[in-house]
Amino acid sequence: MPARESVMKRLLGTEGLPIIAVLLALVMVFMIAAPDVFLGYRIYMSFLATVPPLLVLAAALTLLVAAGEIDLSFPSVIALSGWVLGYFTHVLGSPWLGLLLALLAGALVGWLNGVLVARIGVPSIIATLATQFLWGGLTTVFSQGLSYSLGEVDQYFLWHLLVGRIGAFPVQALWSLAVAAVLWLVLNRHRFGEHLLFIGDNARVAEVVGVNVAREKIRAFVLMGVMAAFASVLLTFENRSFFNTQGGGYLLEVMAAVFIGGTSVFGGRASLVGTVAGSFIIGMVEAGLVATGLQGFWVRAVVGVVFLAAVIGHILIEEPERRTAFVRALRSRTDLLRKSSPGGGSTERRGAR
Amino acid sequence: MTEAAPKESAARSFRHVVQLEKVDMTFGKVQALSNVDFKVGRNEIVGLLGDNGAGKSTLIKIVSGVLRPTTGNVWVRDRLVNLDQYSVRKAHDLRIETVHQGQTLGEKQPLWRNLFVGRQITGRFGFIDVKKEKEIADQLLRRAIGFRGHGITAESTVRDLSGGERQGIAIARAMYFEADLIVLDEPTTALAVSEVRKVLSFVEGVKAGGRACIYIEHSLAHVHEVADRLVILDRGKVVGQFAKGEISLADLTARMIALHEGRTHAGA
Repeated sequence: MPARESVMKRLLGTEGLPIIAVLLALVMVFMIAAPDVFLGYRIYMSFLATVPPLLVLAAALTLLVAAGEIDLSFPSVIALSGWVLGYFTHVLGSPWLGLLLALLAGALVGWLNGVLVARIGVPSIIATLATQFLWGGLTTVFSQGLSYSLGEVDQYFLWHLLVGRIGAFPVQALWSLAVAAVLWLVLNRHRFGEHLLFIGDNARVAEVVGVNVAREKIRAFVLMGVMAAFASVLLTFENRSFFNTQGGGYLLEVMAAVFIGGTSVFGGRASLVGTVAGSFIIGMVEAGLVATGLQGFWVRAVVGVVFLAAVIGHILIEEPERRTAFVRALRSRTDLLRKSSPGGGSTERRGAR
Repeated sequence: MTEAAPKESAARSFRHVVQLEKVDMTFGKVQALSNVDFKVGRNEIVGLLGDNGAGKSTLIKIVSGVLRPTTGNVWVRDRLVNLDQYSVRKAHDLRIETVHQGQTLGEKQPLWRNLFVGRQITGRFGFIDVKKEKEIADQLLRRAIGFRGHGITAESTVRDLSGGERQGIAIARAMYFEADLIVLDEPTTALAVSEVRKVLSFVEGVKAGGRACIYIEHSLAHVHEVADRLVILDRGKVVGQFAKGEISLADLTARMIALHEGRTHAGA
């Protein structure tokens, strides 16, 4: 086997490579367009403080999408667990207990989602839409629609452990990257992750090879719930406050991060490296556009363009047949253009060659 | 691998590797199996015949742990099985391997994952020993049925394979785990003629290795050739049983056609 070819192949086959390239290109564009901001380190420290909740959510959602499911309820977990954290830290005087109960609340939401989907058979997009309303609504009831300030929360060691600073470096960046790394191992190297991939690929096949489809799906939903709760803890601590609407903005951003990263919309294939890059792209676009002088109004439109380009790019890379069809279509289109153009004479000469 | 098989299973004594007793299976209003008695002796190849919808696939899905019968008993190696706990995994533990009809592989997954999914080689905490799984997968590919050795490795995904190659992987998987009972549901459907030969000699090898096989096949000639005993199902009931040599291929064919016609008349 020729070594050169295999090296090339391996390089191209590196997980998430195209999307990492897009991320780097984006950083370079911002560096050129707004050198004052993007050549300093501060902006990156700010990203490392704000992206982690998004990254934790997207990493967990990647596993669920790999299994062919979706969760729309996590914005409400962010609200619910944030309230649980704030309320019980205040009432019980222990942030550790607050953290534990917040994670438990997330697990409970996830378990209910899992049971609805895997045992009762409600499609996940519907089940989790309903539970989004349910838990979001209950959080408003619990909190009486109020926001809390957690002013002195930084007196606790736990706060420093989760969202403190090492110099200027935000600790939550380490936590979120650790979560992504562990979930990568779970997806790619653990029995559970392999089962999720097969379930997403074809649930019937998974069943005849001995995968307990319902049980594994419920586990995936519980994992998603716990991770959403953890993201909520990072967010609530970082903001030092709780809003009962605090999860709302995450739904579309998290899904965009997952799919920009190259995880298959159809299940069975997922890239956590891609999700990490996708999360940073989504997290950077806003600050980047504002810094380059474009109005903030443009953010969503630009995300849309990046999103579409990434999804199309992934399909073309993943499915060679579609790529050849696409190239062929492109070629015939340009041939047509050439023939109908006024300078058609040169084409004829080239054709006669 | 095939030669090394009978070590443990032959040592223990049992008469039937699998036995179904008075098994009923209903799906809603449809009676897929009714009052079926069915056994497979050790070291016996049982050919299972019947028209589409006769209940063959339902029967083997019960044997392999995919479906739970509505009523009835299942014995494995003369021991009554607790059906509440019976599953595909349990069947694997009891050394029953099944090559199901149609799709049994994850399309987007690499071959090494497909060979081991459901019973991965794991280390501590359930993490997969990827290196070992890939090594074994590569060895298996070299002698699997259906491969002519062009650039397919353990890393190839199933969708790069032809129908025959897919079937080869499914059979290689069953061969690797050295079962006492191998269930083959239409294993030659997607295969070229030369590869059908290989499957048939594999089935004969199963017997030579002291193991048993349930063989479902549309081609009566193939079943007639390899089976020690033929069991005919019709509309969920066992309607005939023949030991090898008791019925000629021509008579068998006539009988199956008669069943088919009786069925279409009954349906009309």
